[in-house]
Amino acid sequence: MFVKQLSVFIENRKGRLEQVTEVLREHNINIVSLSLADTNEYGLLRMIVSDPEAAKNCLKDEGYSAMLTNVIAVCLPHEVGVLQRMLKLLSDAELNVEYMYALTTRGDNGAMIIKTSNPEVAAQAILDGGMKLYTSEEAYTINE
Amino acid sequence: MIWNESRECMSRDEIAVMQSARLRKLVNRVYHNVPFYRKKMQELGLEPGDINGVEDLHRLPFTNKSDLRDNYPFGLFAVPQSEIVRIHASSGTTGKATVVGYTRKDIEVWQECVARVLAQADVGKNDIIQVAYGYGLFTGGLGLHYGAENLGATVVPMSTGNTKKLVDMMVDFGVTAIACTPSYLLHIAETIEERGQLDQIKLKAAVCGAEPWTEEMRLQIEEKLHIHAHDIYGLSEIAGPGVASDCQYHKGLHVYEDHYMPEIINPETGETLGENVTGELVFTTLTKEGIPLLRYRTHDLTSIDYSKCECGRTLARLSRFKGRSDDMLIIRGVNVFPSQVEAALLEMGETSPHYLMIVDRKNNMDTLEIMVEVDEKFFSDEIRELERLTKRIEAVLRTALGIGPKVKLVEPRTLERSMGKAKRVIDNRKFE
Repeated sequence: MFVKQLSVFIENRKGRLEQVTEVLREHNINIVSLSLADTNEYGLLRMIVSDPEAAKNCLKDEGYSAMLTNVIAVCLPHEVGVLQRMLKLLSDAELNVEYMYALTTRGDNGAMIIKTSNPEVAAQAILDGGMKLYTSEEAYTINE
Repeated sequence: MIWNESRECMSRDEIAVMQSARLRKLVNRVYHNVPFYRKKMQELGLEPGDINGVEDLHRLPFTNKSDLRDNYPFGLFAVPQSEIVRIHASSGTTGKATVVGYTRKDIEVWQECVARVLAQADVGKNDIIQVAYGYGLFTGGLGLHYGAENLGATVVPMSTGNTKKLVDMMVDFGVTAIACTPSYLLHIAETIEERGQLDQIKLKAAVCGAEPWTEEMRLQIEEKLHIHAHDIYGLSEIAGPGVASDCQYHKGLHVYEDHYMPEIINPETGETLGENVTGELVFTTLTKEGIPLLRYRTHDLTSIDYSKCECGRTLARLSRFKGRSDDMLIIRGVNVFPSQVEAALLEMGETSPHYLMIVDRKNNMDTLEIMVEVDEKFFSDEIRELERLTKRIEAVLRTALGIGPKVKLVEPRTLERSMGKAKRVIDNRKFE
């Protein structure tokens, strides 16, 4: 039901982002989707990758602060109003969206990675509302 | 103007006779009233009778800041608490504050010395003086306040924090003198400049201290405001501001030697150094009743000149301070020890205790940025959580240090570790 997202703390320093992707490349880890949140002082790189555990471990070995977080990957058919319908399900369940970003797909459907204040309730609300969640296996290989 | 000619212009022999008599009394007092000193003297095989005068000063034990902490809060007081009329406190090296107590007579001596400082800056009873040091546990505000009242000047107790109001009142009241940190005075000068009010102020003198400053900065202040600026030195352990100050010739700071006996020592060996040799400044509080201290190590580096000054004073003069023999920083007039940061972070337990302090001076105001490593356990995928963490660390450090730092989270293992001599502080301010 959940997808493991990899989050990495990156200082705003020249080349840091590139160095993170270098570590992942060396370990043959594919970045499926990513979102970079930035503040004045640091960035937070959030990624869906082909092998989250391995990615976290190799980044930690290189001295990065990296962690895995449970998020949900919602399937969103390319139709007007689908995103709104999904957000309505979440707000009716009284959930806050902490952040969300697009999950790239190759198929006919779009997809969204969502972190809410309560992942379990969010997943249930989406399913009860008749919408589809991607499994972690699907998400990690969605654009292969 | 010389406030107390009979004390400030004695011959060197008269000074030595007075100091010797006061030292003998002091040693008797601490030996009988302060167990800490009795024990220290006994360990050295010393009895009060062994100290005949200033020539025996070097035989007495040193006092360190840590001794005040170890005897926190009142352990070094030499009189019953009923005789203490005021308490002040400054930052300790870790956690606990350094606490000092004053008897009524101690307050009188202190305000006498501050009056000498102000008279030396040509401030008198016809002047209106703004005291723009912090009022409270810090000795700056109340020290200058009582001294200026003793002098008979009209005191405006501004404290710090509202520069606009300060300038308004400076103009409206026709303020002629000000006491504050030199960096704050430069900031005030810029505010006056920006508002185009330079021709509306009547300021003629400033007495600045509580932080190190350069001769260039002093000249800059004088030029910007068309005033005379004087350097005032002091530390709460000895009394507060007014232990020494410079006259109109600005050739060193006259020490009020009838109350505060200075020495210069080699900070490594403790050996007493001669005239005009740079070393660590040490004070013995000759007349203090509340918390008299023998040979207190200030960790300030300077030298002493005993020659008579052009102003007529015979008091010993301290050269401009050349830094510290420990890692204490003075930021916005507040004493800060790196060890306080470490202790606060460890106590808080939400970050790793590795840090780097970056001190700078921007627009004449000191800034303190503290880089802290994000800890695995408190890392979050949410910006909001990281910002909350930053705010919490800032609040904890503000409480611990007495000044508000800006905290910046950095990647783990990027700051130097404390094996050997880790670089914990980068001070970009220029004092040379």
